[in-house]
Amino acid sequence: MDVQTLQLKSVAYRKTILEIIKQSGAGHTAGSLSCVDILNVLYNHVMNVSPENFTDPNRDRYIQSKGHSVEALYTVLADKGFYSREALATLNKYQSKFIGHPTRKVYGIEQNTGALGHGLSLAVGTALAAKKDGRSYRVYTLLGDGELAEGSSWEASMTAAHYQLDNLVVIIDRNTLQITGRTEEVNGLEPLEDKFTAFGYAVRHVDGNDITALIDAFGQVPFVPNKPNLILAHTVKGKGISFMEDTAKWHHRVPSDEEFAKAIEELNLAEVKLKAAV
Amino acid sequence: MELVLGKPNQDVFAATLLELAQHDPNILVVTSDSRGSGKLVPFGQTLPDQLIEVGIAEQNLVGVSAGLASAGKKVFAVSPACFLTTRALEQIKNDVAYSNNPVRVVGISAGVSYGALGSTHHSLHDFAALRTVNNIDIMVPADNFETRQAVLAAMHHPRPMYLRFGKRAVYDLHTPDTPFEIGKAIKLREGGDVTFIASGETVAPAVLAAERLAGVGISCRVLSMHTLKPFDTEAVKQAARETHAIITVEEHSICGGLGEACASILMQGGYHVPFNIVGIPDEDTVTGSQAEIFNHYGISAEGLAATAQALLQVEQPS
Ligand SMILES: Cc1ncc(C[n+]2csc(CCOP(=O)(O)OP(=O)(O)O)c2C)c(N)n1
Ligand SMILES: [Mg+2]
Repeated sequence: MDVQTLQLKSVAYRKTILEIIKQSGAGHTAGSLSCVDILNVLYNHVMNVSPENFTDPNRDRYIQSKGHSVEALYTVLADKGFYSREALATLNKYQSKFIGHPTRKVYGIEQNTGALGHGLSLAVGTALAAKKDGRSYRVYTLLGDGELAEGSSWEASMTAAHYQLDNLVVIIDRNTLQITGRTEEVNGLEPLEDKFTAFGYAVRHVDGNDITALIDAFGQVPFVPNKPNLILAHTVKGKGISFMEDTAKWHHRVPSDEEFAKAIEELNLAEVKLKAAV
Repeated sequence: MELVLGKPNQDVFAATLLELAQHDPNILVVTSDSRGSGKLVPFGQTLPDQLIEVGIAEQNLVGVSAGLASAGKKVFAVSPACFLTTRALEQIKNDVAYSNNPVRVVGISAGVSYGALGSTHHSLHDFAALRTVNNIDIMVPADNFETRQAVLAAMHHPRPMYLRFGKRAVYDLHTPDTPFEIGKAIKLREGGDVTFIASGETVAPAVLAAERLAGVGISCRVLSMHTLKPFDTEAVKQAARETHAIITVEEHSICGGLGEACASILMQGGYHVPFNIVGIPDEDTVTGSQAEIFNHYGISAEGLAATAQALLQVEQPS
């Protein structure tokens, strides 16, 4: 898929994310907007996974460790044809299978997440199984930066390096915010690159909201033979909606009618601009 | 009877704690990116030196709290109950309970407060898990009054304690002069046919069910079992002696919680009364808000009234 098509998809995804959050009256708005470009590139450009091959043991795997940004994942999977966009109208509703965190009840989802600090261990195990079975699939996992305070992520990192899992791609959604505020004020993470390097990863930085840059970064995997790959994706929480960008309060806020209308207007404008750029 | 809606218990907890901590610099709150959910932002702003933030790291939260408590601090470790009592269970068991560091472990947004966020965010196991851990008391306040009393009592409690609070506004059930004692159930209503023994946010539906049943001539006793450890064994035995049936109600799995605690007392005491445990069954919990989940599993005035009638085998009102 060409870059412009992907960029247009990102705009459409942002609209869907806001629509389903608005409709359900709940959701993790800013974190979904922060990571949706990453999911877009993974599902539409990088990974070999689709509704047709989802039960194939050779498919690539995506495990969303920052499960709260489920709206981004549900949106992209609907577009991939795992289910219809309309099905998402039941998000968070009584008896719906679309709960507020990833669940395997939904076709296309690899693992149930939502408690932070689980995805990386699951991904390490899945990547290790590929090595054991001589399979060539890759395992991608997305972590929040605030999530990195969970010690389990660092335990899993040691296992990844020890078993030389170069088929594992860890992406950090480095939006510098968590619920309380800036990660560096809540519980300092830096120097993050040095930490990951010391834990045995081959580390790359990327603008995590730039489709071209993401395509380029994923294209270089494996960065170094026999080392697990780590992408520090520098993103903007709330990306794409001016008044949501880079503010902690939008972590799980639902837009008012007025805010929703303004957000959709901004996205419509972005779409017009993208189309005009051809 | 009209019940009046109060505040969420966790808001009352945070406000009470701030009030007390302003007079006692030894009181510390430890959070794990949880101060917003715990309504502790004003605490952090007013008393920044008395709030310690460890980031999203619940095991670390409890371990650090235990260390602080060992050095004489009055520590409240506050995090969503779901993460606190699963991920940090080993720290609670070893570093708090076993090592006897009297941390007040505070589980917020407990039970199914987080409704549609799913099983990762539900704590339906915490009574069961912590009942089996020696040397930690368990408090589950039903309303704002009980919450405040529990926090006041916790301040001087010599042992580790787990306090469990929900996220939604709850009905006021008690008058301010109600006697409150750790380990002593509060009788909210007297009756002879059925006793409802309920904990936390399920007490209000039990009260409303009793009201409804009174309308069809069934008289109910309602007990708020705000302490699960130490347990008010005598109140359960008394209910068996003085009323015809017992129904327990909890925002917890039907396995290992309030209901089974009562069952074991009744069986071992030789009491044979019609008995029913109402809670969340051992299945993939239905999606929905806390209220929808409660209704789905019969934790509602209607549902509990129907359970009582079935237990007494009397006709349902039309
Ligand atoms: C184990 C665990 N603790 C706490 C939470 C509650 N929680 C949900 S999202 C979040 C903040 C996440 O911040 P970050 O990882 O930076 O994600 P992002 O900024 O991408 O939303 C927290 C504390 C959780 N889901 N799991
Ligand atoms: Mg973040």
